[in-house]
Amino acid sequence: MLRLEGLEIRQGDFALDADWALADGSVCAVMGPSGGGKSTLLAAIAGFLAPRAGRVSWDGRDLTALPPAARPISILFQDNNLFPHLTVERNLALGIDPKGRLDAARRREIEAVLDRVGLHAMGARRPAALSGGQQSRAALARVLLMDRPLVLLDEPFAALGPGLRMEMLDLAREVLAGEGRTLMMVSHAPEDAARIASDIVLVDAGRAAAPAPAGPLLETPPPALRAYLGR
Amino acid sequence: MARWPGGIAAGLVLALTLGTLGAVAWRAGFALRLGPADLSAIWFTTWQAALSAALSVAFAVPVARALARRRFAGRGALVTLLGAPFILPVIVAVIGLIGVFGRGGLLNDALGLAGLGPVSVYGWHGVVLAHVFFNLPLAVRLILQGWIAIPAERFRLAASLGAPVGRLLEWPMLRAVAPGAFAVIFLICLTSFAVALTLGGGPRATTVELAIYQSLRFDFDLGRASVLAMVQFGLCAAAALMVQAAGAPETLGAGLDRVVERFETGGRWRDAGAVGLAALFLMAPLAMIVARGVPGLLDLPGGLWAAALRSVSVALGATALTLVLTLALVLRDGTLARLSALLPLAASSLVMGTGLFIVLYPLASPRDLALPVTALANAAMALPFAARVLGPAVAQAEAAHGRLATSLGLRGWARLRWLILPRIRRPMGFAAGLTAALSMGDLGVIALFAGDGEATLPLLMVRLMSAYRMEQAAGVALVLLALSLALFWIFDRGGRADAAA
Repeated sequence: MLRLEGLEIRQGDFALDADWALADGSVCAVMGPSGGGKSTLLAAIAGFLAPRAGRVSWDGRDLTALPPAARPISILFQDNNLFPHLTVERNLALGIDPKGRLDAARRREIEAVLDRVGLHAMGARRPAALSGGQQSRAALARVLLMDRPLVLLDEPFAALGPGLRMEMLDLAREVLAGEGRTLMMVSHAPEDAARIASDIVLVDAGRAAAPAPAGPLLETPPPALRAYLGR
Repeated sequence: MARWPGGIAAGLVLALTLGTLGAVAWRAGFALRLGPADLSAIWFTTWQAALSAALSVAFAVPVARALARRRFAGRGALVTLLGAPFILPVIVAVIGLIGVFGRGGLLNDALGLAGLGPVSVYGWHGVVLAHVFFNLPLAVRLILQGWIAIPAERFRLAASLGAPVGRLLEWPMLRAVAPGAFAVIFLICLTSFAVALTLGGGPRATTVELAIYQSLRFDFDLGRASVLAMVQFGLCAAAALMVQAAGAPETLGAGLDRVVERFETGGRWRDAGAVGLAALFLMAPLAMIVARGVPGLLDLPGGLWAAALRSVSVALGATALTLVLTLALVLRDGTLARLSALLPLAASSLVMGTGLFIVLYPLASPRDLALPVTALANAAMALPFAARVLGPAVAQAEAAHGRLATSLGLRGWARLRWLILPRIRRPMGFAAGLTAALSMGDLGVIALFAGDGEATLPLLMVRLMSAYRMEQAAGVALVLLALSLALFWIFDRGGRADAAA
C-alpha cells in the first residue's frame, strides 16, 4: 500500500502537502488545475524530488531516502520514455537489467511482452520508426517487464489524439492494473477518469486531497473539482 | 555519475598546468628574475594581442553584415571556410601568408609592377597579419551569430516604422557582441608561439611564449622561463576575466545558414566588396599553400614519412587522452572540473613540457620522452576546446533523457554506454577531429626537445624553413595540411555516420 505521511513539498513559492494512503490495486486519477502540482506529486513519489518533510512508504517500508530506481515504482513521463538512439529491444532490455545485458531468455521475454502490447516483431526498430501509438505501446511494454507494483503515468499519452489516448489507457489498465498493480495517472480529461479510474486525487490550492471513489466524486463534484471541470 | 574519474582528470590537469610550472620554478631554485628583454616581450605580447583583436573585430563587422543580409551563390561554402583556420596548422598558414605577403610573394610582385618597393612580412606587422588571418573568421562567425539572433519581427517592425535599422537594432547588438569577440581573440593571441617564432622574433616582435622558448632552448634558464610562464598565467587570467565580463559569446554554435530578411535598399556594392576582400584575404594564402606545395611534392625531404607517422601517432594519442579527460571533467561538473577545463588556455605548453621533463628526468632520457610528452601537452592544450564542445552536449543528453535513465537505474558505466556516449557521438567526433588537427599542427614542446630522429611534420617544416629550403617546406606543408584535414574529416564523419535519431 502506498502511504504519504505528512508529506510537504516546497519549491520556492510552490507548496504541496499530502497525507493519505492508496489501497492496493487502485487505478487512481490525479486531477486538478494546471500548475497545481500533479506532476510534482508524482515526481516526489517516484523519488525525483526530495520532500521537505514527511515520508513516502510502500507496504510499511520507508522509500523517502531511496533513489528512483530502487523504489518499487515505474514511471512514464510526458515525453522521452524511450531512448531514441536504441532499438526497442535494447530499450526494453534496460527495463530488465540496467546494465543492458541481453541473452536468449531475455530476448524471448521481450518478444513475448511486445506481442502482448501489439508490437509483434518490432524489437529491431528504433523509436523514430514507430508511430506515436506504437511508441506508447513500447513504453508500456517496458513497464510490464520492470514488473513494479506501483506504476505512475505522468500523462504519457497526452500527445496522442483522443481516440488513441483512450486505446492506450484501456491497454494500460488491461495489462498493468489487471495484475493487481496500483496505478496512478495524471489526467486532464474527466472522461479518462470516468473510463478507467477507481479513485481520484484532487490536487488544488497547495494540497493533494485523499483519494476518493471516482464515481460519486464525478457525479457530485466538490466546489474545487466543479470549478476545474467547468460545470 | 561517479565523481572520482573527474577528480583524477582534474588532478592530472592541475599537475600538468600548475604542477609543471612549480617543477620548473623549483628546479630553478626559485631564482626568479626578469630582464629588460622580458619586459619588452610582455609589452609586445599585450599590444599585439590587443591590435590583432581590434583589427579582427573591425574588419569582421562589414563582412558579417554582408553575410547576414545577402544571399548569394557560395555563401554556404564561405561560411564553412570561416571554420577552416581553426583546424589549419599555424605553420602551414604561415607558409601561405609568406607566399602572398613575403618576399617574392604575390603582393610584392604586384607592388613591383607598380614600381613600389617590396614590403616585408617579417616583424611585428607579420605577427599581427597572421593573427588577423586566423581570427578574422572567428570574429565574423561570432558577430554573424549576433546578427542572426536579432528576431526577424524586429526588422519588419523597423521597416514598417521607417526607423533606422542601424541605430535601432544593429548598433546595440554590436555593443553587446563585439566586446566578447574582442576578448576571446585577445586571449587567443596572448599565447601565440608558432607565428611569433616564424614571422616575429628579435627585440621588437617577441611574445612571452617565444621568450620562454628562447630562454629554455638557448640559455636553459629555468628561472626566467618560470617567471615568464607565471606572467603568462597572469595575463591570461586577466583576459579570461575580460571574456567573462564581456559575456563570452558561443564560439561553436551552429545555424549560420539563415539569412536576415532585410528591407532597406542599397549597400549592395559595399557588401560585395567586404565579402570579396575577406574571401580574397582568406583564400589567397590557402591557394598559395597548394601552389607552392605542389612543386615541393616532387622533392620531399628524407625522413618525411617517418615524421608523418610520428605526427599521426602523437595526434591519435593526444586525441584519445583529451576525450577521456574531457568526458571525465564534463561528467563531474562543479567548480574544480570547470576550472581544470579552462586552465590549459593560460598555460605555456613549453613550460608544461619542460616541467614534465624535469619530473621524468630521473626515469628516462628526454629524447625517449619527446613524443609522449608532446602528446600529453597537446592533450592538455586541446582540452578547453573539447570541453566547450562536449559540455553542452552532455548537459543536453542529461536534460532530455536523464530522468528516464535514473528511473531505470542506469549508473556509472551503464549510463555512459547507453545514454551519454550514443547521444554525444556527433560532438564527440567533432571534438576528436579538432584535437587531432590541433595536435597535428602543434609546434611547441617538440621544438625544444626533439633530437634529429624525432621531428614531427611541423618541426620538420621549421627546420627546412630556417635552412631556407622553402620549396621543400611548402611540400611538407601540403602533406601536413592533407593529413590534418584527413584526420579531422575521419573523426567528424565517424561521429555522424549511423547517427539515426
